[in-house]
Amino acid sequence: MDVTITPPSEPFPGTVHPTDGGGILLSTLDDVINWARSNSLWPLVFGTSCCAIEMMSTAAAKYDFSRFGFEVARATPRQADVIIIAGTIVNKMAPVLKRLFDQMPDPKYVIAMGACATSGGPFFYNTYSVVKGADHVIPVDVYVAGCPPRPEALLHALITLQEKIKSGYTRDQIRTEMKPDVK
Amino acid sequence: MSNEELISKLQELLPEATLQQGNDFVELTIDSQQLLPVLNLLKSSSDLSFNFLFCETCVDWKTHFTMVYHLDSTHYRHNVVIKTNLNRELPEIETACHLYRTAELHEREIFDLFGIKFLNHPHLRRILLTDEWVGYPLRKDYEDPINMIKL
Ligand code: SF4
Repeated sequence: MDVTITPPSEPFPGTVHPTDGGGILLSTLDDVINWARSNSLWPLVFGTSCCAIEMMSTAAAKYDFSRFGFEVARATPRQADVIIIAGTIVNKMAPVLKRLFDQMPDPKYVIAMGACATSGGPFFYNTYSVVKGADHVIPVDVYVAGCPPRPEALLHALITLQEKIKSGYTRDQIRTEMKPDVK
Repeated sequence: MSNEELISKLQELLPEATLQQGNDFVELTIDSQQLLPVLNLLKSSSDLSFNFLFCETCVDWKTHFTMVYHLDSTHYRHNVVIKTNLNRELPEIETACHLYRTAELHEREIFDLFGIKFLNHPHLRRILLTDEWVGYPLRKDYEDPINMIKL
């Protein structure tokens, strides 16, 4: 599914009309707000297992997701914009995850990182304790495949989330109106 | 003490136990009634001095359970594994937590997941699962039609 509305090369949503001594910028408030929001997403410090190690390495010097505006990891959900579900969600963790999500202020976004958060992954069969996908508990915006996903994959997911925000569509609009044509 | 020396020493001390050299450790198989006397001996004997229980776990063989104790000596840095079989109908064994305090935690976990009853344990309750949980999930015959998708 292609959710690209603002091409990533475009620096600012709007058009500039050159005038003498400068220019006039034409845009809509919604676009500007979405643009600002998408470039300053504060993730919640949340990691339940091995995927969290990859998330930490994405945050560290080599991959450095602060290049895209994700550097301010918050230890409280009340100040976070995005929760990266990095790891296995077990039945006992599910109510905690729900509460964390509920405590985050709107607008809030969710990334399901790795096979566990997407579907239960390696714990799909023959286990009594693992939730088979975090989307049974909270709605998910972007899924990342992998066990664990490489930092590049997480970066791609973060950028995809930014484009999703910039597009200005709701989750339902993307699901229904932007369905790719299935032949 | 090297493993060979350990085997001969243990043979001397415990003539009725079966000894075997495993991949890394010397393995000692005993009767479950003998657990406390054997642990006591291994801990108090001055040239063995097994003063650290670094792992305690259980195995379900479908026909019986095996309790496995890994002991280490912080003075001599030698290890031994103690194994003892339990009856599947009435899995009961004396607690080791009066000799090794760390066993308290391990035994609660084993009780939680395997349902082994540790006699004289100070507070044998579930530790990881909720109190109202029915059954013991790490047993091979555990069924959970709601949460478990069978392969
Ligand atoms: S998807 Fe793989 S790496 Fe990630 S939490 Fe699950 S088991 Fe660990």
